[in-house]
Amino acid sequence: MEQKKSTKYILIAISVLFIFVMLILPLFSILFSALKEGFAFYLQAVTTEYVRSALLVTLLATVIAVVVNTFFGIMAAWLLTKFSFRGKQVLATLIDIPFSISPVIVGLAFLMTFGRLGWTYPAIRAINQFFGTNIRITFALPGVVLATIFVTFPFVSREIIPILNAQGKDEEEAAALMGAGGFTIFRKITLPQMKWGLIYGIILCTARALGEFGAVNALSKTRGQTFTLPLEIDALYMSGTDTSITSAFAVSSILVIIAVIVLILRNIFEYRSKNSKGIQ
Amino acid sequence: MYVEMRDICKNYGNFRASDHVSFGIEKGKLVALLGPSGSGKTTLLRMIAGLETPNSGDIYIDGQRVNDVPAAKRGIGFVFQNYALFRYMTVYDNVAFGLELAKVPKKEIKKRVTELLELTGLSGMEKRYPNQLSGGQRQRVAFARALAPNPQVLLLDEPFAAIDAKVRTELRNWLREMVVKLGITSIFVTHDQDEAVEVADEIIITNHGHIEQMGTPMEIYKSPDTPFVAQFIGRSSIVEHYERLLGFDPVEGATHAVIRPEFVRMSRSEPPQHMSAAERGIVKDVIFRGNHLDVVVDVGGIPIVTERSLEKDPVEIGEQVYVLIYRLYIFDENQTYLVENKEMQEGEVFYI
Amino acid sequence: MKSTATNKTKKVRVIPGYHLTLGITVTMLSLIVLIPLASVMVSALKLRPAEFWSLITKSTVRHAFATSIGCSFIAALINSVFGVIIAWVLVRYEFPGKRILDGCIELPFALPTSVAGITLSKMYSENGILGAPLAKLGIKVSYTHLGLVIALVFVGIPFVIRAVQPVLEKLDGQYEEAAFMLGANRFQTFRRVLLPEMMPPVLTGFGLAFARGIGEYGSVIYISGNSAREHTQVISYVIMQKLGYIDYASATAIALVMLILSFVLLLAVNIVQMKQAARTNNV
Repeated sequence: MEQKKSTKYILIAISVLFIFVMLILPLFSILFSALKEGFAFYLQAVTTEYVRSALLVTLLATVIAVVVNTFFGIMAAWLLTKFSFRGKQVLATLIDIPFSISPVIVGLAFLMTFGRLGWTYPAIRAINQFFGTNIRITFALPGVVLATIFVTFPFVSREIIPILNAQGKDEEEAAALMGAGGFTIFRKITLPQMKWGLIYGIILCTARALGEFGAVNALSKTRGQTFTLPLEIDALYMSGTDTSITSAFAVSSILVIIAVIVLILRNIFEYRSKNSKGIQ
Repeated sequence: MYVEMRDICKNYGNFRASDHVSFGIEKGKLVALLGPSGSGKTTLLRMIAGLETPNSGDIYIDGQRVNDVPAAKRGIGFVFQNYALFRYMTVYDNVAFGLELAKVPKKEIKKRVTELLELTGLSGMEKRYPNQLSGGQRQRVAFARALAPNPQVLLLDEPFAAIDAKVRTELRNWLREMVVKLGITSIFVTHDQDEAVEVADEIIITNHGHIEQMGTPMEIYKSPDTPFVAQFIGRSSIVEHYERLLGFDPVEGATHAVIRPEFVRMSRSEPPQHMSAAERGIVKDVIFRGNHLDVVVDVGGIPIVTERSLEKDPVEIGEQVYVLIYRLYIFDENQTYLVENKEMQEGEVFYI
Repeated sequence: MKSTATNKTKKVRVIPGYHLTLGITVTMLSLIVLIPLASVMVSALKLRPAEFWSLITKSTVRHAFATSIGCSFIAALINSVFGVIIAWVLVRYEFPGKRILDGCIELPFALPTSVAGITLSKMYSENGILGAPLAKLGIKVSYTHLGLVIALVFVGIPFVIRAVQPVLEKLDGQYEEAAFMLGANRFQTFRRVLLPEMMPPVLTGFGLAFARGIGEYGSVIYISGNSAREHTQVISYVIMQKLGYIDYASATAIALVMLILSFVLLLAVNIVQMKQAARTNNV
């Protein structure tokens, strides 16, 4: 069919301009601001005691969140794609809840559960009194970890469920009829099918866990101890001096680089999984 | 000629979809474009419709050159392979769509749509959406939609491909009746020879971007012009070393022959006539085909397929039988020769 | 061993692992997501209705709700328009750099919200690369509703694009050809045939972007200025503020309203998707 060339170019121009101004420009703006005071300053800014502590906390929370959510994602995906049962749709919707909830509410939810006014607080206090310990969940590392798990909860399952749905369950059923056990079926059939989606889900989960801000912000108050990188960036930016703002961007650049790597990997994996589907 | 293609060429990159194609179709005829997939039949249909532009050559409809006439102005109704019914419109809106665009008054649209839905047996389904219809009903909606603006030519791209076997036969008859009733010149694309033979007045056989043969189903069946047609049409099996068979001399340069079951008669006892032409063979296989048996007979190393009525006494594998071969299509690279068995020239009536 | 009575009604499941995965999924979901959320709801519902009402209708809260919902709505509208254009361009046209452009779409998902927030704030500040030229034109972005909308556009654009793209990809060229054969021009084809096809995914993307925008925190708090007087506080900021004052009653009351809002939006999105699936199944 004949297409008007002018329409095509106008639409392409609009798209390119929009994506450039809204998405690409901010990226360069961060890198530019980060290096404003020179490279020496940059190195110094990203290696302060606070940043190192924040990096450790961030990595800890991220690793735990990724492990937990990968395990959960696989379990949930297996359940939702291999079986049919009543309430399946409801369950699928509930799993997706963390996507649509304000991170601030997540923080609040944990405060109301484990905080000083939370309903589990008497139990926690009793345990602490009995064992002479000082376990705290909110305003401490467990809270940060829990909040990170919450916000990234459906990331892995959401990536692999559509893939497994598209594949159907014929192969698993065939294997089960031949007498294969659950773990063998998973390892030999399901895992290869969802490999790229799983990897991508893990990467996405990692990126989101590294960058979580709102939920953690509500649950973490001690800079240098329970602060994550985004909180450290916030603290630097909010202190308002020129150098601290540049430092904030310097620390941000670490997360930007990770984000760009995630995007590149995403494209590679999407390409791979499209291709491997094509072969079948 | 009502629709005419003159020396049409069409390339997609290095792929030549149409290679100097010329043919003409008379008014009111129902014509099938038949060929294997990738033979260029759909491209021809789309060029007539104006959905593709030929690289060279002319297209005429009703004596007028339409190469530069936009698709919607060529007076063509097009039924797409998967019908392309608008999913967010009701049956009524689908059929009315073309008329609304042509700014036909509402009243007339209503009259015409009602009439078409009646004609296609879809009355009462006006308010349904395409996903609420069966495959056959969707095809009829597509048909009604294509007919709504009163086209002069109806084009159908693989109209029965998406329908299951049982309904397909029904729809074939229905389509044939409709087209005859309306007297509209129609061209449909198919890769199914049974479909073409049963439905079409004329068949155009395409292969590798050119036309192999055009003619009535009977002509094409009885006298295929080219080796391709001989093999493509009918239940053809190809045999080598045909010269070993009694009554056939080798044709120079032609090493293969096409043999069809109806060219062969098999019997358990010696045939009363043409003893000199009768071959002896061993039954290799007997296959039940529902309404008859296929018997594969090995004649001097050449497997020959024959049909046997279920009414006759059955033959068994390993049994010795007699086989009479009336004729063969012997072919070389370019040509097909219809060769009668010279041992039985007295002219027994041959019928299919 | 199960008793025979239950075996009769039980469906035969050939693939193993049903009870195991069901148990693990439900347990983890409850512990991590459902119980904490329920805690919020329960403590909000403990408030007396009159108290609840007065907490969520305080002027700062009311204005924050209006700001969050209003700006998110406008941003989602902008995203719907540009999202359709960009999805169309990415699916229908070939041009150099297309793959890179396509790869950038998910940047807002990959970039931490606070990083996005401080960058946008800097870019649009009065001496930022975009803020300075705009200021010369008399347009102030930082610390205004305009800034809020820009941040929310940034956050929400992938939702619309990624909802529309697959639908456009699957949309057979036959629909357009069919309309074309029936005499539709390009505008009529777009309006009558393509737009109805794109509407459900656009609505889905709109709903998701809108929902995300209402709850957004990290990317908006730096550019918005958070002034109660100028009504540039977003609702998540107000919750955070209440948490700072240990005013848990207000925080949970507001949170409950937000939860209901996002639930309603999610429900609407699901209904749209179900209708779309019903209409396009097997056609």
